[in-house]
Amino acid sequence: MIPEIGHFALILALCVALVQGILPIYGAAVGNSGLMAVAKPAARTQFLLVLTAFGCLAYAFADKDFSVLYVAATSNSQLPLHYRLAAIWGAHEGSLLLWTFILTIWMFAVTLFSGHLPEATRSRILGVMGLVSVGFLLFMLTVSNPFERLIPAAAEGRDLNPLLQDPGMVIHPPMLYMGYVGFSVAFAFAIAALLGGNLDAAWARWSRPWTTVAWCFLTVGIAMGSGWAYYELGWGGWWFWDPVENASFMPWLAGTALVHSLAVTDKRGGFKVWTVLLAIMAFSLSLLGTFLVRSGVLTSVHAFATDPKRGLFILVFLAIVIGGSLALYAWRAPKVGLGGSFAMLSREGMLLANNVLLVAAMGSVLLGTLYPLFLDALDLGKISVGPPYFDSVFVPLMVPAIFLMGIGPLAQWKKASVPDLAKRLKWAFGVSLVSALTLPFVLGNWTPLLSLGLLLAIWIVTTSAVGLRERLAHVNGNSLVERLASVPRSYWGMLVAHCGIAVFIVGVTMVKGFETEKDVRMNVGETATIGDYMFRFDGTQDVVGPNYTAARGTFHVSRDGRETTVLYPEKRRYPVQNQIMTEAAIDPGLLRDLYVSLGEPIDDGAWSVRLYHKPFIDWIWGGCFIMALGGALAISDRRYRLAWRKQEPAVPAPTRAARRKVA
Amino acid sequence: MNRFLLPLSIFVVVVGFLGIGLTLNPREIPSPLVGKAAPEFSQPQLYDQEKIFSPNDLKGKVWLLNFWASWCNGCKTEHPVLMDLAKSGQVPIYGMDYKDQREEALTWLQRGGNPYSLVGVDEAGRVGINFGVYGVPETYVIDKQGVIRYKQIGPLDPDTVAKKIIPLVKQLELQ
Repeated sequence: MIPEIGHFALILALCVALVQGILPIYGAAVGNSGLMAVAKPAARTQFLLVLTAFGCLAYAFADKDFSVLYVAATSNSQLPLHYRLAAIWGAHEGSLLLWTFILTIWMFAVTLFSGHLPEATRSRILGVMGLVSVGFLLFMLTVSNPFERLIPAAAEGRDLNPLLQDPGMVIHPPMLYMGYVGFSVAFAFAIAALLGGNLDAAWARWSRPWTTVAWCFLTVGIAMGSGWAYYELGWGGWWFWDPVENASFMPWLAGTALVHSLAVTDKRGGFKVWTVLLAIMAFSLSLLGTFLVRSGVLTSVHAFATDPKRGLFILVFLAIVIGGSLALYAWRAPKVGLGGSFAMLSREGMLLANNVLLVAAMGSVLLGTLYPLFLDALDLGKISVGPPYFDSVFVPLMVPAIFLMGIGPLAQWKKASVPDLAKRLKWAFGVSLVSALTLPFVLGNWTPLLSLGLLLAIWIVTTSAVGLRERLAHVNGNSLVERLASVPRSYWGMLVAHCGIAVFIVGVTMVKGFETEKDVRMNVGETATIGDYMFRFDGTQDVVGPNYTAARGTFHVSRDGRETTVLYPEKRRYPVQNQIMTEAAIDPGLLRDLYVSLGEPIDDGAWSVRLYHKPFIDWIWGGCFIMALGGALAISDRRYRLAWRKQEPAVPAPTRAARRKVA
Repeated sequence: MNRFLLPLSIFVVVVGFLGIGLTLNPREIPSPLVGKAAPEFSQPQLYDQEKIFSPNDLKGKVWLLNFWASWCNGCKTEHPVLMDLAKSGQVPIYGMDYKDQREEALTWLQRGGNPYSLVGVDEAGRVGINFGVYGVPETYVIDKQGVIRYKQIGPLDPDTVAKKIIPLVKQLELQ
């Protein structure tokens, strides 16, 4: 009964989405405020309906209802409750439901925080989001219904893929989807603006916080996915340039470009057309990512569930949504105008250059991801594109981008002068260069790449410091604390996010330059040394988990004769799917990770063992979290809080309406 | 050309390729062995361990070599397809029990039926390595001269059998 309620709620949601997608947009076109007013309640109703469906599926999982095909396929009675709930998004159908659910959450948020928008704009935004939702609901109801029954019910479920039975898995997909789907808001704003023909600075001002929030979620989501691959796949790597990883990285690159481009449109009214295109691109790439992951056109370590029929549906949907919006763009954008002019050497110019580099990077990731498909389609043979391509294309694009990242925030709008910039930045440049050249010697290993990485990281930090110092000179306040406090949070946000990049670069550089790994055969009682650390293998024990059995190894790690830690890597066997999983044991630290994973048992209790010493690896994810923190700081800026307070009911309704008319 | 149309044009090209991509199977990996002579082997037979199974005995016949195991999930899906194919008598299927335990393999065949004309045992997986087996099940079509003509990675389904295997076998038999 409960699954049927969920199913029915989805059907109702589809009806509501159709209404929400058609009436308000039509109403905005003909100026009928009655039709426009439909948008808000429709969006809220849709949210409640999809929430109901989501709750029903969650209930089916919690209740171990194996008469629901999806539940039987992705869970098991032995599976602990938190993983049963995470199993909602453990495969295709549920992932789509999560996608749609998050889309309606964003819609609901738009209805809450859009009091200050003109009615027509809001109706168009919600209408566009409604249309996107129609596609996803239709997709679910036609070819991937999570509520499909299995009659007679299975006695036992087939269990969740053991790779996904991990705390990271509980939280990673929702985060990632919040980011992916969050770009739908910026997208809807852009389409609404194109439809209405009013691409002004106000449009950019409204889009900015939404885009930043989505960007923060996406950043955290990608970082968590990378962390999950690091400790769960047992290879010790943190990024594999796998098609699915690329699928999440491309929207991130476009989104990063969008965040910066929006800043210019907001502050200077420039880049309008470009910003609209980026907003369309960021969301299109999210959809493309969904397509690549869900259709199985590319092979990937993540290919969990694929089906060509579904692929066709998403492709058609993709063609309609992206093709339609790009056609709208081609039609309306020429009328928008380009905004203010600026010299090439100015803050705008540098942001534009950065944008172009980011988009070029995105394009090369896209090309590398789709290249095997292109060749195959043209019958030119099967190839796979791996890390060598991506590394060699990506680094040269990012180096100038990061160099500009240091200068950009210090340059004047409109026109900057080289001698002035050189004067302000000479110390930062000198310090970065000298320390980047000498630091690797101190660390004991000089390579050009190591120096380059450190140069970029230190450059970001020193230029940020210069920027902050100059800023402090211009704000009011007597004491340093007072002046620090009067620097706007959006500025802090930028500094923090940029320094997050620096932290990230340090992590990548140090891991690449100094990591050591060893594949050894270890007998019980034997020791192996890696870095300054000595690992002693004390044999394995059999342990029994809730839905698996495991061999758990014990490793005593010591340094200079003092015990550092004891690590317990496991080799788990999940009987339901008969899968073997390597559960690496990691001793994380600010300056290094120690990583042990069990290979294969050899004989007499001996195992092949993989040991890693990974300096600074946690800085990689730390950097990402710092970036996201920067984003969070930026949206907590005073002007957004003011805007939010302004629309509190303190203003009586009639005046509000009047003000809207004026606007 | 109008530069505002550029993004749309790029997108149209990408969609075209994605559309073609959907009709292709990325898992269909070309085997370097297709068109080459099947590797030699002589393995004990599953039912009569004293006897030897070797491809040399099959020269002059078109036959299928199917790598399978009782622990393999894909083989369960494939099994009814093999049974139907065997019943139709269109082509003899020879099995290679891959990295398996004899008892379990026998139980499996007793329970699900035995589609194979003969089953060899590859306990150590040596034959699998020589054939370049990625994972079971895998099926090879071998012609009268002992040359591999086709390789199927993953389970056979009725569609592949009807559209690829049978026509190929018919064609090879005429040669």
